[in-house]
Amino acid sequence: MSDHAIHLQLHVWRQSGPRASGRFVTYEARDISPEMSFLEMLDVVNERLTAKGEEPIAFDHDCREGICGTCGFVINGVAHGGQKGSTVCQLHMRHFRDGDELTLEPWRARAFPVVRDLMVDRSAFDRIIQAGGFVSVNTGSAPDGNALLVPKVDADVAMDAAQCIGCGACVAQCPNGAAQLFTAAKISHLAQLPQGQPERYQRAQAMVAQIETEAFGSCTNYGECEAVCPKGISIDFIAMLNRDFLKAAVRVEREARVAGGSG
Amino acid sequence: MTATTTTTSTGLLDARSPGGPIETRWERCKFDLKLVNPANKRKFTVIVVGTGLAGASAAASMAELGYEVEAFCYQDSPRRAHSIAAQGGINAAKNYQNDGDSVYRLFYDTVKGGDFRAREANVYRLAEISTAIIDQCVAQGVPFAREYGGTLANRSFGGAQVSRTFYARGQTGQQLLLGAYQALERQVAAGKVKMFPRTEMLDVVVEDGRARGIVVRDLVTGRVRRHAGHAVVLATGGYGNAFFLSTNAKGCNATAIWRAHRRGAMFANPCYTQIHPTCIPVSGDYQSKLTLMSESLRNDGRIWVPRRKGDTRRPGEIPEAERDYYLEARYPSFGNLVPRDVASRNAKQVCDDGRGVGPGGRGVYLDFADAIARLGRRAIEERYGNLFEMYERITGEDPYSAPMRIYPAVHYTMGGLWVDYHLMSTVPGLFVLGEANFSDHGANRLGASALMQGLADGYFVIPYTIGDYLVDHMGEKLSTDTAAFAAAESEVRQRIERLLGVRGKRTVDAFHRELGHLLWEDCGMARNDAGLRRALERIPALRQEFWEDVNVLGGGDELNQALEKAGRVADFFELGELMCRDALHRSESCGGHFREESQTEEGEAKRDDERFSYVAAWEWAGENRAQVLHQEPLTFEYVHPSQRSYK
Amino acid sequence: MKGVSSLVRTAVGKKALMAVSGLVLFGFVLVHMAGNLKLYQGAEKLNAYGEFLREVGAPVLAHGQALWIFRAVLLLAVGVHLWAAATLTLQSRAARPVGYRVATTVQASYASRTMRWGGVIVLLYVLFHLADLTLGWANPAFQAGKPYENLVASFTNPWVAGLYLVANVTLGFHLFHGLWSLFQSLGWNNPKFNPWRRRFATAFAWIVTLGNVSFPVSVLMGWVQ
Repeated sequence: MSDHAIHLQLHVWRQSGPRASGRFVTYEARDISPEMSFLEMLDVVNERLTAKGEEPIAFDHDCREGICGTCGFVINGVAHGGQKGSTVCQLHMRHFRDGDELTLEPWRARAFPVVRDLMVDRSAFDRIIQAGGFVSVNTGSAPDGNALLVPKVDADVAMDAAQCIGCGACVAQCPNGAAQLFTAAKISHLAQLPQGQPERYQRAQAMVAQIETEAFGSCTNYGECEAVCPKGISIDFIAMLNRDFLKAAVRVEREARVAGGSG
Repeated sequence: MTATTTTTSTGLLDARSPGGPIETRWERCKFDLKLVNPANKRKFTVIVVGTGLAGASAAASMAELGYEVEAFCYQDSPRRAHSIAAQGGINAAKNYQNDGDSVYRLFYDTVKGGDFRAREANVYRLAEISTAIIDQCVAQGVPFAREYGGTLANRSFGGAQVSRTFYARGQTGQQLLLGAYQALERQVAAGKVKMFPRTEMLDVVVEDGRARGIVVRDLVTGRVRRHAGHAVVLATGGYGNAFFLSTNAKGCNATAIWRAHRRGAMFANPCYTQIHPTCIPVSGDYQSKLTLMSESLRNDGRIWVPRRKGDTRRPGEIPEAERDYYLEARYPSFGNLVPRDVASRNAKQVCDDGRGVGPGGRGVYLDFADAIARLGRRAIEERYGNLFEMYERITGEDPYSAPMRIYPAVHYTMGGLWVDYHLMSTVPGLFVLGEANFSDHGANRLGASALMQGLADGYFVIPYTIGDYLVDHMGEKLSTDTAAFAAAESEVRQRIERLLGVRGKRTVDAFHRELGHLLWEDCGMARNDAGLRRALERIPALRQEFWEDVNVLGGGDELNQALEKAGRVADFFELGELMCRDALHRSESCGGHFREESQTEEGEAKRDDERFSYVAAWEWAGENRAQVLHQEPLTFEYVHPSQRSYK
Repeated sequence: MKGVSSLVRTAVGKKALMAVSGLVLFGFVLVHMAGNLKLYQGAEKLNAYGEFLREVGAPVLAHGQALWIFRAVLLLAVGVHLWAAATLTLQSRAARPVGYRVATTVQASYASRTMRWGGVIVLLYVLFHLADLTLGWANPAFQAGKPYENLVASFTNPWVAGLYLVANVTLGFHLFHGLWSLFQSLGWNNPKFNPWRRRFATAFAWIVTLGNVSFPVSVLMGWVQ
């Protein structure tokens, strides 16, 4: 623990709206306590800007405990700032040194248009889930929770994938702007569990097709996504996505003779 | 009218709580509910505000039934609601562990844990539904923890005597929310739910005495819009952020419920707030929020402070004999596992006594040295590894080598809008679910019960009860082109303009911090008459200062985070005042509400069932006028009130 | 997007096609390198091997037919590989219209980051290589049917040898990431053999590169004349 206040120089991307053009503006962040979180440091900068009559820097954040997935921007080229397994809200100023110069940029991807300053629109992720990231089970139609046994290891692997917080760092850091890790996490989570089997291949196809529609890039197995993922989700899951997708592509779909139900 | 007098009335509130044997009340109620013909359901539009566990599950389930749903959230995606942060688990009376659990036992524990301030019928229904929730979530693919044999795993949580808590690592809330979110997105894809993210509800429109829609602000464009519906469902969470520092997300706010309150929905038990004992202490003035460490830590950690006041030695240098394991000493049978309110209050007492540790002396040690010695570091790592990591990330201290420092923090609010057994507020057509309502937890919520209640309301209560209301409004045309909508919209606009027009000197956060500090001091873990009276004088003064000196830059027709905060804080001022008024009038102690004047000789909370065995529902009486108190008497036919004892 | 057509219409499908075509090309460079090791057995053996390639499949196939079948397959593989690479690269470029002012690499390997330019270098080199040793356009001393002599003549020129060295080291990196990546793209993933995927890729990239690099080095050092 150190109580020496530090002084930083911030180059922050400012953009007033989705269609406006943006630019970098430099701010001095003086007397920053090392105990602050990065977002608390920005709070302080914003308080001071407001006092001077300048509009504060807009950034997304909510839970500030690393689980909601709302926060995230790029600090010196690294999504969430480079602390392993953490979001930017969990990054503390003790990791920076007096005099550091930091460049803050929003997630950069065509599928994530800038909303304002460091905020982007990640609704493309919601649409990928809409394409098939669910189990089609209506409320009330579930059997007893223990009716289907799930091997512990399957449940654990499913949980490894299901931890994804949907922050978008994977897309931001990927040199291709690909959404593979996010999509793979959901496909793998459901593919590990018996409940996910009935729609497994159709799901893989539909979600992959949605990636294309949203104009994400293509995965070339750089592994950058995994390195910045706050939940450390492994790119092994991307291989699972690929496998399910390819199986789906070459599978001969059975079709029911009678379409729909009548009577 | 002064701040401290209250007008009281009884008999106005009809809880529509069915009588008869408690085991069959919900069954009979469901049978008596009127049904909407399947073909007619699509003719109804239901507005759902908030997409946490309660909102998302309600929106998805109603859409599955065939209703047209419009769902709103202030977050950029419905997946981010703060339900996501719940760590510990979800209770259900499955009795999978064969340890004597039952619906009745969960009901009993919840009524008792709530210190006999909840409605029995509601609590029983909650316990009854709990088992279906687990089934539903498993079917959705929620990766609950499993045993090697493939069955669901359970743990005992928060001092419960049975193992009825289901969990998904330390991220149960996240996984349950994602399950509900996925069900919701499935309905969005099916065209049954229209989703409006980054949209904040700023008013309820009440027409002919019924809720007919809402007025919202698009947080990206700043556009103010009207939405009409045959019914409005609020699932907007609690109001813990009134305290500024809490474990809530920064965006959590009470604006939706407060605006509904001002439109006629009564606010029940606002003083019931839960303080969670195991949070990471405040480290400085810049602190923006508090982080909760799962209660499960108390299973193996031992809580202590130095015996001597002002002892500044490092924890390792304080010999065993000079440590005070105060919970173990005072509560031999429950020890460190006493309920949340008891643990919190004791921490406050030892700190008030000058024996607190860490910067500012507001902290107690949670020590794992014994557990590590007994079970080995690996076992501790397996159980709490992620929590220890989180602690180290935030504090920069290694909890394996030195004890953690913890302190209580505002965590949950049991109070909320008053609802009847159908979850309808005092405004017909306005339903309230989850933490936003006051219903099931009484004066204190048990661990792992919040997730249960949110999902019970959303998946299994509202889909039934809403039909009973809607069926009488068949064929009613929806229009936003009415005088009530126009008036509500114009009020919303005026308020925005007023906030932007002040251009004072202090930031919104500065005001919020001051309000929060005031509430924490006078309406926090322990309350007393003098403090509450003082707060009731200071809050209105501060509120006035806010409206004269707040500085909100930028405009209303663009994304403006300061403006969003300003509107929320303005509502917290009014709500904070009501919290204090409620706390002042309830001169007994119960659950999370501890009045220093009402304690046993041993310093435990002392209820006054003679005078206070009721729900306090406050009715808005107009600007600058004290709310009117209505009482819903509570009767206990099954669980007989007794003094809680954890000795 | 259903069925086999999704293979050519999605990035995931294209990556699979890239992996399969890459596998064919990898088989080629491995055999090509192994065949050329005959260099160390002298002119006679290598030239005979060259002739053998034209005779494979006899008497069912006529002289040179098998070779043309191989060439057709290779050409198709190269075509698919290039098409996938080009379209995927364009897709990825389009996915990030505004780049970062500060671009930092966290863990991506050098090999992965040089796939595209490395691929272009290898392609350009292959064109030169064909002109040099197959068609003889770039080799003044070229004699048809005499690969040994052509090779020695070509590598005696230090510029040609240097170009070859650079190209083959580039190819080595390309192979390393390509081989490892192929497992990912085709979904060959299992915790039991995952660590072996990288080891396998490393080993084979080294084998091919060392084999290939040895040829010009041997000529320049005078070990092969």
